[in-house]
Amino acid sequence: MKNKILTFSVIIIFGIIFIIFYKGLEDSKIYTPDVNTKKEIPVFNTKEFFSGENVKSLSIFEFDKFYLLNIWSSWCVPCRQEHPLLMNLNLQNKLNIIGMNYKDNLKNAENFLKELGNPYKEIFIDLDGTIAIEWGAYGVPESFLIYNNEIIKKYIGPLNQELVNEINLLIK
Amino acid sequence: MKILRFFLIVIIFYTSSVLKADELDKRNNITKNLRCLVCQGQSIYDSDSEFANSLKILVDRKIDEGLTDAEIYEYFKNKYGEWILYDPKLNKNTYILWFMPLLIFLLGGAIIFKKLKKKHN
Repeated sequence: MKNKILTFSVIIIFGIIFIIFYKGLEDSKIYTPDVNTKKEIPVFNTKEFFSGENVKSLSIFEFDKFYLLNIWSSWCVPCRQEHPLLMNLNLQNKLNIIGMNYKDNLKNAENFLKELGNPYKEIFIDLDGTIAIEWGAYGVPESFLIYNNEIIKKYIGPLNQELVNEINLLIK
Repeated sequence: MKILRFFLIVIIFYTSSVLKADELDKRNNITKNLRCLVCQGQSIYDSDSEFANSLKILVDRKIDEGLTDAEIYEYFKNKYGEWILYDPKLNKNTYILWFMPLLIFLLGGAIIFKKLKKKHN
C-alpha cells in the first residue's frame, strides 16, 4: 500500500514537471517588451537641437494633442529607412512629431536632416542616452505615441507602412 | 601649523577616496544585477553596448542622488519591467521557481527517511 502511494506521488510530480516544461517550450525565448502599457511620460531637462537652449520636457508636450516622439540618429541605418514615412506623417496636422537625437554628432545630424528633410516640430538632444533610458527605450529607432502626457503605444524598431496606418487609426 | 594643514589635506583625500571606492562597489553590484536587455546573456556590468553604457551613467547619477539599492532597482523595474532584474522577486509568476526546489528537496528527504527507517527496522 505504502509503495503504491510512493509510485503514485512520483508519477504525479513527474507529470507536473512535464507540464511545466512543456508549457515553457511554447513560450517565446526572445524577450518581448510590453508595448501597450499606459505610462506617464518622464520629466526631464534637455537642450534644443538647433539653438542649444535648455528645454524642459513639460513645455514640449501639451494636453489634448497627439505626439509622436521619434528617437533617431544620423548613424542609424533603419532611421534612414523610416524617415520618408515620418515626412508623410508630418503632412497631417493632427500629429506633432518630436525628435530625440540620440548619441549623435550634431553636424552629422544636421546634414541628415538637410538631406532627407525635417519632419520634426521640435528636436531635443540626448547626448549620453540617459533620456532614452528614462523613456524606457532600447535603442534607435524607436517611436512613442503620446496623448495627454501618457504613452499610448511604443514602436520598437523602424516604422513601416502598416504601423503608420495603425497610428493614423489611433489618432482619428 | 604647516604639518597640521598637511595632515588635514591627507585625511580629506583619504576619506574621499574611500567614499568613492564604496560608491564604485555599489555601482558594480547594481550593474551586475541588471540585465542588458539588448544583449544576449550579459549583465549591464559586462556589456559595452550603447544601452548598457547609458544605463551605467544613469546608475551613477542615481547613486549620487542618494538612492538606495532597492530604490534604484525599483526605478529600472518601473521603466523596463521585472525582466531587467537578475534576481526575480517572489510573485504569482515566479512562485513555482521559488518553491519547486524546496518541494523536491522535501520529497527526496522523505523518501530517504523512509528507506532508512525500513532498514533500521
